[in-house]
Amino acid sequence: MGKRIFLDKLFVIFSLVFSFIVIFVLVWILKDVLIFGIKSINLDFFLEDPRPPGVEGGGLRNAVLGSLIITSIAIIISFPIALLSAVYINEYNHKISNIVRFLSDIMLSVPSIVIGAYAYALFVKPFKTFSAISGSIALAIISIPIILRMVDELIRLVPDATKEAAYSLGSPKWKVITKIVLSYIKVGILTSLILSFSRIFGETAPLLFTSFNNNMFEIDITKPMATLTVNIFVYAMSPYESWHRLAWSASFFIVIFVLLTSIISRILQKQH
Amino acid sequence: MKLDNIFKIFALISSIIVILIPFSILITLYVESNLAISEFGIGFLFNTTWDPVKEEFGGLVPILGTIFSSTIALSLAVIMAFAIAIFITELCPPFLKNIFRAIFELLAAIPSIIYGIWGLFVLVPIMKNYVEPFLIKNLGFIEIFNGQPLGIGLLTASIVLSIMIIPYISSMTIDVFLLVPNVFRESAYALGATRFEVIKNVVIPYTKSGILAGIILGLTRALGETMAVTFVIGNLYKIPKNIYEPTITIASSLANEFTEATTDLYLSSLFYLVFILFFISFIIIAISRFLIYKLQKWERESF
Repeated sequence: MGKRIFLDKLFVIFSLVFSFIVIFVLVWILKDVLIFGIKSINLDFFLEDPRPPGVEGGGLRNAVLGSLIITSIAIIISFPIALLSAVYINEYNHKISNIVRFLSDIMLSVPSIVIGAYAYALFVKPFKTFSAISGSIALAIISIPIILRMVDELIRLVPDATKEAAYSLGSPKWKVITKIVLSYIKVGILTSLILSFSRIFGETAPLLFTSFNNNMFEIDITKPMATLTVNIFVYAMSPYESWHRLAWSASFFIVIFVLLTSIISRILQKQH
Repeated sequence: MKLDNIFKIFALISSIIVILIPFSILITLYVESNLAISEFGIGFLFNTTWDPVKEEFGGLVPILGTIFSSTIALSLAVIMAFAIAIFITELCPPFLKNIFRAIFELLAAIPSIIYGIWGLFVLVPIMKNYVEPFLIKNLGFIEIFNGQPLGIGLLTASIVLSIMIIPYISSMTIDVFLLVPNVFRESAYALGATRFEVIKNVVIPYTKSGILAGIILGLTRALGETMAVTFVIGNLYKIPKNIYEPTITIASSLANEFTEATTDLYLSSLFYLVFILFFISFIIIAISRFLIYKLQKWERESF
């Protein structure tokens, strides 16, 4: 066997072995989360609030609801801002488009815990209380660049001829944008909405010192609120077996949620 | 006409918000860490003490912890991600290609806390009982590989981190590998090149900028990752003597101590750490943007 052939064989074997190691580990993680999760999860998880440490049973009803509330408010804040600025840089003012894109890319790579600290300084410290709304704002700041970049890519796909046809019929600009541009890419916008929701649904770090945690059932967004992710952190680090089970249940719920939303958005993308 | 203007104004305001946020973060972090900056100055970066009782704070241990864990994680992840990218684009049968790509994209969407809890409950015992004793026995003659198998520590944290960032790097690498026109590959094969030579001399030179972008993405994820690390690094203010010892990263010290910071100086020192983390990610992104721009220009000229 020549040196070149030998090198080639060695190289192929290495990449096969490494690939299988990684695939094995990733499948192993999914398997563990699903199996531990299925063993621990039951209806109480959605119907009951946490019990005191060491007491068997209980659920995370408050945290399921808390995660949904905080994430929804975040998207309600971030979505219009991201959508409108994507429209602005593509349809109104091309001069600032590169600045906005560059800053969004920077924001995409800023660690989420930094955003958490920022939201703490602006919305927790002055009011002297942790609050769900400060967590929502932190998550909104994280999701703005995600949605913006996705919608930005989509808008660029809209053919100029379609827009020009509408203009030539005398449509005002806002009508061309809402009725032609945005309706042309509406499925893509829906996909970006779903993907960004599922992305920030699993965030933990920015919530640790904004929405904090709460053992009670709470729907007042000016008070601290429980979330699934923060509860996983607290419960997994605790010494109680029953809390570990709740942590696995919450992980299971999040993984299923994330996988389902990814699959839904894939199907949506395929259809168009 | 009126509605047209209202719409435009809202769009303008949104863009202004998007532009202002990063600057607002920079200014806020600076203002909040001002107390610690004036107290400790630049010496904060080189001080290993972290003593909330005596109110003396230095950031060297978490800074080093962040650098060590990201470096180990990134080197492991780059090798693995490369192997996967090569496997999926060049070696595996075409019908599996899209299935594997879809799986890796799904895995990139799994939140980091899931990797954290798995690391704590599953990986830590395995590291402690099997992997670390094995490494100590076989590589123990090298100083950094010699120590006590604790399970919780730098190596475990780095491994969890690398597992977490592999899908990011490999997805990006796969995307750019698939952009290489097949004519290029086929021409090289027709000249008698082996698979190794095709990848080394055709695929990689053609995709340098994309590969770099993938690696940078992984690096920025690793630097600021909180949940996957906090569970398994041990959170101890100590420079590790070997790869098994517990230490702390900037992100994990924030996760643990932010809500417990009782005095203004304590909180301000934590904000100083946030400021450093923000600054590091900003610099890395700026430099990589420049490098990618240069590489793309070079690629356009040479292909």
